[in-house]
Amino acid sequence: MALSTILETPGAGFNFDNAERNAALEGLFEGGQTPKPLKTGTTIAGVVFKDGVVLGADTRATSSDVVADKMCAKIHYISPNIYCCGAGTAADTEKTTDLLSSNLSIFSLNSGRNPRMVMAVNILQDMLYRYHGQIGANLILGGVDCTGNHLYTVGPYGSVNKVPYLAMGSGDLAALGILEDGFKHDLELEKAKELVQAAIHAGIMSDLGSGNNIDICVITKEGVDYIRPYQESEYKDDRKMKYKYRPGTTAVLTEKVVPLNLEVVQETVQKMETV
Amino acid sequence: MLGEAEPQWLSEEVKTGTTIIAIEFNGGVVLGSDSRVSAGESVVNRVMNKLSPLHDKIYCALSGSAADAQTIAEMVNYQLDVHSMEIGEDPQVRSAATLVKNISYKYKEELSAHLIVAGWDRKEGGQVFATLKGLLTRQPFAVGGSGSSYVYGFVDAEYRKGMGKKECQQFVINTLSLAMNRDGSSGGVAYLVTIDEHGTEENVILGNDLPTFFDQ
Repeated sequence: MALSTILETPGAGFNFDNAERNAALEGLFEGGQTPKPLKTGTTIAGVVFKDGVVLGADTRATSSDVVADKMCAKIHYISPNIYCCGAGTAADTEKTTDLLSSNLSIFSLNSGRNPRMVMAVNILQDMLYRYHGQIGANLILGGVDCTGNHLYTVGPYGSVNKVPYLAMGSGDLAALGILEDGFKHDLELEKAKELVQAAIHAGIMSDLGSGNNIDICVITKEGVDYIRPYQESEYKDDRKMKYKYRPGTTAVLTEKVVPLNLEVVQETVQKMETV
Repeated sequence: MLGEAEPQWLSEEVKTGTTIIAIEFNGGVVLGSDSRVSAGESVVNRVMNKLSPLHDKIYCALSGSAADAQTIAEMVNYQLDVHSMEIGEDPQVRSAATLVKNISYKYKEELSAHLIVAGWDRKEGGQVFATLKGLLTRQPFAVGGSGSSYVYGFVDAEYRKGMGKKECQQFVINTLSLAMNRDGSSGGVAYLVTIDEHGTEENVILGNDLPTFFDQ
């Protein structure tokens, strides 16, 4: 049931090529562990308010016990009116949201309109269901379209939930507590931003996998306000040394210049049709 | 704890661990469900409506794996739309149930979802069909989901043929309430859908409006 305007035509059934490759790789490592995929160990949250949707996320990406990226961007662009927060395996969320974004651009160019939230959700659900949970992406989609302000979540197995407020990721239980307590329908913009910021903050404080700064993305009919970072961590480190080397630190021993002699062999001029 | 940056339930499949029930009364059907969606020990959505429309006067109740059940319901919704355009009139409940049964039977190894199909059509009136594991059987009432085991005795004892609409709705609410109290994977609010020849009516009964029994 793929739309004719979408570039990617999904093959029938499941495509487990990479699962076979992974199994083969595991054999090569001889009993040792294959390198673990980078998980974002995250807190992401979303709230529908009076004029639109507010999405929030922390900015820590962990690789086992080490923080791999302190300023990771977890709020991904899907279309001018839809943004998506991703939790789970970092590569999966990046790739899935990129794929969704390009498919929706093609649709927009073909039809001349901004895509609707339900379209984005359906494409995601289709794709994730086909891969039966092998793609570890937990996504929160928020956006404003001609039918209103919407917030959806799609799980890795392809289940969809439409809700007015939501938190996902390893820090979600802490964030959800704040949201359950503070959420009301038709909040004002400032209150909604505060609520999301408090929710992410709770996740950062109570979860080891979340931390550093807080990003906020406000989507309304008028446009998008992507505030990155909305709030910086109080625990910014203060580097005492410079880790960059001055030019000249490495001595130049010899220098040889070889000029490339190029001849013009053929010249063609093609007129471009302009309106 | 440092080793696990993500709780186990995030990678676990989301199940609806449910109580669903559908009953035929004189002139229509009543469907009821709870609203809890769990993934492992965590509740992912506490207000999910598990009664999904397949057509104007045919609904299905979802249980089992959330993704599988939602997908089956959407596929059958599409197939029924095409079918009803082809025949030029509203489809029969038996047709809808057969479409669900076909998918459940063909993919029975891969899927783990059970849908109860119920609705009203001009030919046979109100009907309830169970489609567990690919069988198709018409029953006067059907219960499903993890919470159903706690209420088999209740429905067997209390069901009577020829109940009226209001009586039937109350019966469904009572059953759901009892099941939600005993089953850990069922809870939240109760959703009710009543279908008869005049139309379809959707209701929500909030937690504190549910009937209470002796120990509450």
